[in-house]
Amino acid sequence: MFLATRAANPLLRWSYFVEQWDRIAEAIFQHVQLTLLAVGFGFVISAGLAFAGMRYRWTVTPITLFAAFLYTIPSVAFFGVLVAYFGLGLVTALIPLTAFTILILVTNILDGFSAVPAAVREAADGMGLTPTQRLFTVEVPIAVPYIINGLRIATVTTVGLVTVAAIVGYGGLGGLILDGLRRAFWTPLTIGASLSILLALLFDLLFFALGAWLTPWARRRQKS
Amino acid sequence: METTPAIRLRGVTKRFPGTTEDAVSGLDLDVDEGSIVVLIGPSGCGKTTTLRMINRLIEPTSGRIEIQGEDVAERPVTELRRDIGYVIQQVGLFPHRTIEANIATVPRTLGWDKTRIRARVEDLVEVVGIDHEMLSRYPDELSGGQQQRVGVARALAADPPVLLMDEPFGAVDPIVRGRLQDELLELQARVHKTIVLVTHDLDEAIKIADKIVLLNVGGVVEQYASPDELLREPASDFVESFVGDDRSMRRLTLATVGDLPYEQGPVVPIDTPPPDARAVLADQRSEWLGVTDGEAFLGWVQGSEVEDGVRLDDLHRFLPAAQVEPSSTLRNAMEVIMNSRTSVAVINDDGRFCGVVTLERIRAGLEGDLSAAAEPVG
Repeated sequence: MFLATRAANPLLRWSYFVEQWDRIAEAIFQHVQLTLLAVGFGFVISAGLAFAGMRYRWTVTPITLFAAFLYTIPSVAFFGVLVAYFGLGLVTALIPLTAFTILILVTNILDGFSAVPAAVREAADGMGLTPTQRLFTVEVPIAVPYIINGLRIATVTTVGLVTVAAIVGYGGLGGLILDGLRRAFWTPLTIGASLSILLALLFDLLFFALGAWLTPWARRRQKS
Repeated sequence: METTPAIRLRGVTKRFPGTTEDAVSGLDLDVDEGSIVVLIGPSGCGKTTTLRMINRLIEPTSGRIEIQGEDVAERPVTELRRDIGYVIQQVGLFPHRTIEANIATVPRTLGWDKTRIRARVEDLVEVVGIDHEMLSRYPDELSGGQQQRVGVARALAADPPVLLMDEPFGAVDPIVRGRLQDELLELQARVHKTIVLVTHDLDEAIKIADKIVLLNVGGVVEQYASPDELLREPASDFVESFVGDDRSMRRLTLATVGDLPYEQGPVVPIDTPPPDARAVLADQRSEWLGVTDGEAFLGWVQGSEVEDGVRLDDLHRFLPAAQVEPSSTLRNAMEVIMNSRTSVAVINDDGRFCGVVTLERIRAGLEGDLSAAAEPVG
C-alpha cells in the first residue's frame, strides 16, 4: 500500500516540467518580480531613513526601533491583515515583503557610513571637497561593501519569504508549494521549494560578484 | 619694502560652545613665507585648534586670519582649502582609491585635464620618494611611512603655497619618523612652501622648525623664536621647564660643526721645518701634530718625535680616526672627540681639510648664537 502510494506520488515526477512549464515559468517570473520590487522599494526607503539618521543623529534610535518592530510582525498575520485593505494580489504581497527588508538594509547602510574613518572625512574636508562631493566620492564608495552585504541578506531572506505570500494568492514559487500541500501531491512542492532555494543561491552569488566587482580595493586588502 | 607674512593671525580667539575658557585666546602670529613654523605645547594649548582655524575646519570666535594678505573668512571655504595643503597624523587616504587617484584628488576637483594631472602625479612621485609601481595600489597595501609620503604628495598636488601639518609623523615608529623628518627638510629645500606644523615632540620641533611657537594652555604664546634661541634663552620659567634641563645637549644635536668658526689647530704642512712645528705645538699646548699635504689631512705624529733634523714625512703617522664633516652635529663631534686619543676632531669637507674642533671650542660655541650660521655647509 505504502509502496504503491510512493510509486503513484513520487517526490518528483519529471514529466511535470514539460506538462506544467508555463505555470512554473510564471511562478519563477512572479517570484523574481516580487523579490526585486520588495528589495528595490525597501532600499529606497532605507536609504532615505539612513540619510535622515546621519543628518539628525537622534533619529537613528527611533528609526531602528521602528524597523525592528516591522521585522517582528509574524509574516502570516501581516499578509492576512492586509487582505482586508488591498485584497488578494501584488500589493498585499509586496507591503510586508518590503517592510521586512528595512531593518536589514537600514542597519547595514548606517554601519557602512560609520565605517568611514574620521581621518578620511577630515582629509576630504581639508582638501576642499564640498559635502556633496564628500558623500558621493568618498563616503558612499566606502560604505558600498556594507550596502551590498545588506542587499544580499535582504534579497536572500525575501526570496524565502515570498513563498509565504502564496497565501494571499501572489507568492511565485510559493504557489506551487501551496498547491502541492493542498493536494498532497509532492511534485509541485518539491519543484517550488527547490527552485526557491536555487533562486536564493543565485541572488547570493550575483550580489557577491557585484560586491567584488565594485570594491576591488577591499579584495586586495584581504590578500595583503 | 616690507614683506607681508605668508600667514598672519591677529587677535584670534576660539571658545568652543559649552566651555568657559578660551581654547585659543587673542593669538597674534606672523609666519614668514617659505619658512617652517612649528606649534608645540602641552595638551590643551590649542595648537591643533589654531592650525585648523587657518583652513577653517574650525571657525574662530573672533580675530582675523590672513593668508598672503587675504582674509580667509572672505573666501569660499572649499576654494580656500584647495589652496592649502593639509596633512594629518592618520593620513586619511581614501581606501577605495588607488594611490594615483588619491594624489590626484585636488587637481581633479579643480578640473585639471588628464594629461596635466598625470604629469603632476609623476612629478610628485619623484618629490616625495615613493615607488612608481605603488601608484596602482590601494592605501591598505602600503606601510605607515609610505602612506604618509602619499599624504604629503596629495597635499602638495595642486602646488598650494601653504602646507598645514597636524602631527604628521606621530603615527609611525621612531626610525621611520626620523627619515620622514629628513625627507620633509629635503623637500622643503626644493619646494619652499610656507609650512605650519603641529607636534608634541620637542625633538621634532627643534629638528625641523625655522621658528617654534611654544603655546601654553589657552593658546597663549610663551615664546616665538628659533629653536636655538628657545634653548639658549628660554623666555619664561614655563619655557625653561618645557624644554627640559638638557637644553645644552639638545642644542648640540641642533647645531653642526659648520656653525662654529673654524680653528686651524696644531696642524702644519708636511714640509714644515721641525723648529717651526715645535713652535706650533708649544703655542697650541698639544702633544700631537697634524700634518697636511696641500688640502689633504695626512694624519697625526707624536709631538715628542719632532726633533731637529727629522723630516715630518719620515715620522710614524697615526691615521686620523677622529674626523667630522661640517654637517656633523656638535653632539656627533663630541662623541668622536671623546673616543680619540688626540682630543680633537679633524674637519674634513669632502677630502679637504678645514680645521679642527675641540671640546673647548664646542663649549664656547654654546655661549653664543648658533643659529646665525645655521645653513648647512656644502
